[in-house]
Amino acid sequence: MLYYMKLTRELEDRIERKLYRQGKILGGVYVGRGQEAITVGACMDLDGNDAICVSHRDMAAFLMRGVTPRQILAQYMGRKTGLTRGKDGNMHMGSLDHNLIAFISMLGDSIPIAAGVGLSYRLRGMKQVTVCFFGDGASSRGDWHEGLNMASVLKCPVVYVCNNNQYAYSTPLEQQMAVENVADRASAYGMPGDIVDGNDVVAVWQAVNRAVERARGGGGPSMVECKSFRMTGHSAHDDARYVPKELFEYWEKRDPITRLETSMRDLGDLTENKLAEMNGRVVAEVDEAVELADNDPYPDPEDCLTGVYFEG
Amino acid sequence: MGLTTYVEAIREGIREEMSTDERVFVLGEDVAVYGGAFKVTAGMLEEFGENRVIDTPISESGIVATAIGAAMMGMRPVAEMQFADFISCAFDQITNFAAKCRYRWGAGVPIVVRGPSGGGIHGGPFHSQNPEMYFVHTPGLKVVCPATAYDAKGLIKAAIRDPDPVIFFEHKFLYRRVKEELPGADYVVPLGEAEVRRAGSDISVITYGAMVFRALDAAKELEREGIDLEVIDLRSLLPWDRHTVLESVKKTNKVILLHEATRTGGFAGELAAVIAEEAFEHLDGPIRRITAPDTPVPYSPPMEEFFLPQVSDVVRVARELNDY
Repeated sequence: MLYYMKLTRELEDRIERKLYRQGKILGGVYVGRGQEAITVGACMDLDGNDAICVSHRDMAAFLMRGVTPRQILAQYMGRKTGLTRGKDGNMHMGSLDHNLIAFISMLGDSIPIAAGVGLSYRLRGMKQVTVCFFGDGASSRGDWHEGLNMASVLKCPVVYVCNNNQYAYSTPLEQQMAVENVADRASAYGMPGDIVDGNDVVAVWQAVNRAVERARGGGGPSMVECKSFRMTGHSAHDDARYVPKELFEYWEKRDPITRLETSMRDLGDLTENKLAEMNGRVVAEVDEAVELADNDPYPDPEDCLTGVYFEG
Repeated sequence: MGLTTYVEAIREGIREEMSTDERVFVLGEDVAVYGGAFKVTAGMLEEFGENRVIDTPISESGIVATAIGAAMMGMRPVAEMQFADFISCAFDQITNFAAKCRYRWGAGVPIVVRGPSGGGIHGGPFHSQNPEMYFVHTPGLKVVCPATAYDAKGLIKAAIRDPDPVIFFEHKFLYRRVKEELPGADYVVPLGEAEVRRAGSDISVITYGAMVFRALDAAKELEREGIDLEVIDLRSLLPWDRHTVLESVKKTNKVILLHEATRTGGFAGELAAVIAEEAFEHLDGPIRRITAPDTPVPYSPPMEEFFLPQVSDVVRVARELNDY
């Protein structure tokens, strides 16, 4: 878990703080700094056949499924070797080979999509489940509500994981919803709504595993709300000056990676040597990936005309 | 063999595909126990069971999205919109999710979204619309508008087998008004191919859906005056059959574009542009459009009749064009 959290952090830092500022990435950059525990904890024990409906701060899901840092960087840099071959940018990608379902910018659309993925498992008597990530902002969309209702009524094996990072672009939670917790709404759809510390990877892992077991056993969908904080702006161009400084300071002290390191040290599971080795490995992997991706080719301009329909 | 109505033809087409392909299932509002508001799916629950014929909450966006999710996982969902008007609620899922998945990340979305469109039954502004053009403007989708029972069956089967998302606009005025004898053997009507409904030499009427019959009735009337209409039924709007249309225009040199949808941004505009670009020198008169006016569909019978293109409109414009 620590390795994937660190790899995600390093890769995203490189993208946001270096490649974007160097002008090597021209489009949007959305990172999940400070929220890595949610994706890593939720995906840790999933079977490779379980689909994951990602959102835009879930890079770890790609890494955990075997998508390489090079492919992710190529995607960001608009190269032919990215998962969308230059057709789309940043985290707007998916891969059916890896059971990763791409989201679209209309966040919340994935909620009923996940219901359909889950329904396809149930109708065919398959044991798979799907985990669907979304943010607090997405929970205001109509599709979010339609999707949860649909999943519940049709008893779809889905685990809805909320990354509640407390800001939707510049809008704070209290202007997004009139209830205290996103999970308070789960009962309205007849599903359990668990609330966990989203910066505690073990807590996320345990809560999602419970929900996965329930879904796999035919118990239908659940929601797990992970309380966290967006340690960045909405995207790389946004300096987040609307966020009170004290909030960043408060959450910095609760950084999920530091916390996991500390508890592993306390348990005697992590030596300084092991930590240094892991840090070095992560930096080396990202260094190599940047080098490779930066030399990957751009698509041909006329490639934009291909792939609209099935081409055999 | 007896005669099969348009609505029965669609039902037969879906049933046959469900029988031969276990990936195919039906979902929508009131489609199972009730058999659909227009009875398109009547009897399917009894035949295929509740795992293949699924009643859903009233959630058009949710229905389409659920279909998309299942389709990406290898199934072949057929989603019903109780009225095509309600497809507006699912616009985002269709145009942004379904239509762009293949282009962005290579994920095919083989769904069919079908439902009754069109006026003539006094349904008013929300049960009579022809929303096809919203979707014709979206690359990644296919759009189909059958006019006959034969085509309705052959096209729904082709739509279900198609690897891309197909929006299938049935015409509710035709459900029980048109019927014909259908072949017993399996057949499909390929998407994107028009049909010459009536060969003629003087004026091409290019149309689709219920307006095909208005054009044919007008042709019968004009026959007596020695005006010979050719009637082209487009059947598919996306993709559409440029070859058949252009060949017809090159033969008759005069063209009427007829549709029930409203005028501005209607399919006639696209047809006119392509004809002007590619067959300009063959034209012996102005391209004429006959369409509904740019208003919502009115309810009251005299207003609705005024709103919908009539046989008399085709006859009048054809006479003007003939004299041109």
